[in-house]
Amino acid sequence: MPDWFSVLLRSAGLFALTLFLARLIGKRQTARMTFFDLVTCMVIGVTAAVISLNLAGNPADGLIVLAVWTLFPALIYVLAMKFKAVRDIVQGKETVLINHGKVLEDKLLEARLTPEDLLSQLRRKNVFNFADVEFAVLEPGGDVSVLLKKDRRPLTARAAGLSAGQESAPQTVMLDGIIMDEPLAAMGLNRGWLHAELEKAGVAPENVFIAQVDSAGQLYLDLFDDAVQAPKPKVKELTFATLKKCQADCELYALSTKQPEAKKMYGKSVETLSEVIRELEPLLKR
Amino acid sequence: MTVGAQVKQTLAGLKGARAALENFVAVEENPEAKAVLSRNLHKVGRVIADMEKRLAVLEFEEPQYKGF
Repeated sequence: MPDWFSVLLRSAGLFALTLFLARLIGKRQTARMTFFDLVTCMVIGVTAAVISLNLAGNPADGLIVLAVWTLFPALIYVLAMKFKAVRDIVQGKETVLINHGKVLEDKLLEARLTPEDLLSQLRRKNVFNFADVEFAVLEPGGDVSVLLKKDRRPLTARAAGLSAGQESAPQTVMLDGIIMDEPLAAMGLNRGWLHAELEKAGVAPENVFIAQVDSAGQLYLDLFDDAVQAPKPKVKELTFATLKKCQADCELYALSTKQPEAKKMYGKSVETLSEVIRELEPLLKR
Repeated sequence: MTVGAQVKQTLAGLKGARAALENFVAVEENPEAKAVLSRNLHKVGRVIADMEKRLAVLEFEEPQYKGF
C-alpha cells in the first residue's frame, strides 16, 4: 500500500469519526463557547490531525485520546444538565461588572478584564458612555450583557404612554416566484386570495421575489424587476383616514342642520365615531 | 351639492371603512385585537344605520334628488 494511500484512508476514516463524535458531544458547544469548550475542540482537532498524519506512535493511542476527550465532555454536559454545582464548575458563573452604575474593580480583576476591554465590550453593545449603564454582566461565554439606565433605553410605546396593537409574525407566502401553500393555509388564506391581491397590485406572480402577509392580511412585495415600484399596502391608513373624515363630516352636519332631532343624531354619531377612532388608532396606525 | 348628496358621500365612506374593518376581523388571529375590531365594527354599523334613517328623511324632503 503506497504511503499516500494510507494517509488518505486514515484521514477519510477520521473525518467520518470526528463528525460522529462531534454530534455525540451535542449542539451547545457552538452556541456558547466557554473556555472549557474551546479546549475540548482544540484537543479533538489536534488529535485528529496528528493521527491523520501518523505522527502519533500508535494510532490506537490516538483513538483512545479521541474517545476520552469526547466521552468525558459528553458525560460532563449530561451531569451539568442535572446538577447546578457541576454546571457552575464546567460553564463558569456570570460575573457582575457594573452594578447600580458603578464599575466593580475587584470583579473586573477576577475576570481578567482591563478597563479598556470593558469599554470595548460596552462599545460593541453600542454603549459609548459607561455612565449610561445601570448593570452589566460578563456571561460565561465571554460577552458582556448590558442593561441601560431607564432614561437611556430606546423609547418604546409603553414608555411613551401609548398603546400599540398586537402583531403576530408575518408569513412568507411566496419565494422566488413560487407560492408556498403551507404558510398561506396557516393564515387562513388560499391561492385564489393571493392571485386576487397580486392582480390588485398589478404584479405578475412570476415577477415576485418575496411576498409576505402581515397579521392584518396586507401583502408586502419585493419584485425581481427592481425598476418597477411595488405598491405599498395602505388599507389600514386609508381606513383610519376615512373614519376621521366621516367624523368631521358628521360634525359639520350637526352644526348646519336646524332640526333638533337630526342635530342630536349627528352628535351621537360624532361621539361614537370618535370612540371608534380612539380604540382603533393603536391597531390601524401603530 | 345638496345636503342629501353630501350625506350620501359620507355614508359611502363609512360603508367602505366598515368593509375594510370586516376584512381585518376575518384575517386577524389575535383574539384581543379581533375583539376590539369587531366591537368597533358594530359601532360603525350603528352609525351607518342612523345615517341611513336620516337620509330617508332627507330624500323625503327633497324627492327630486332621490337615488344616486
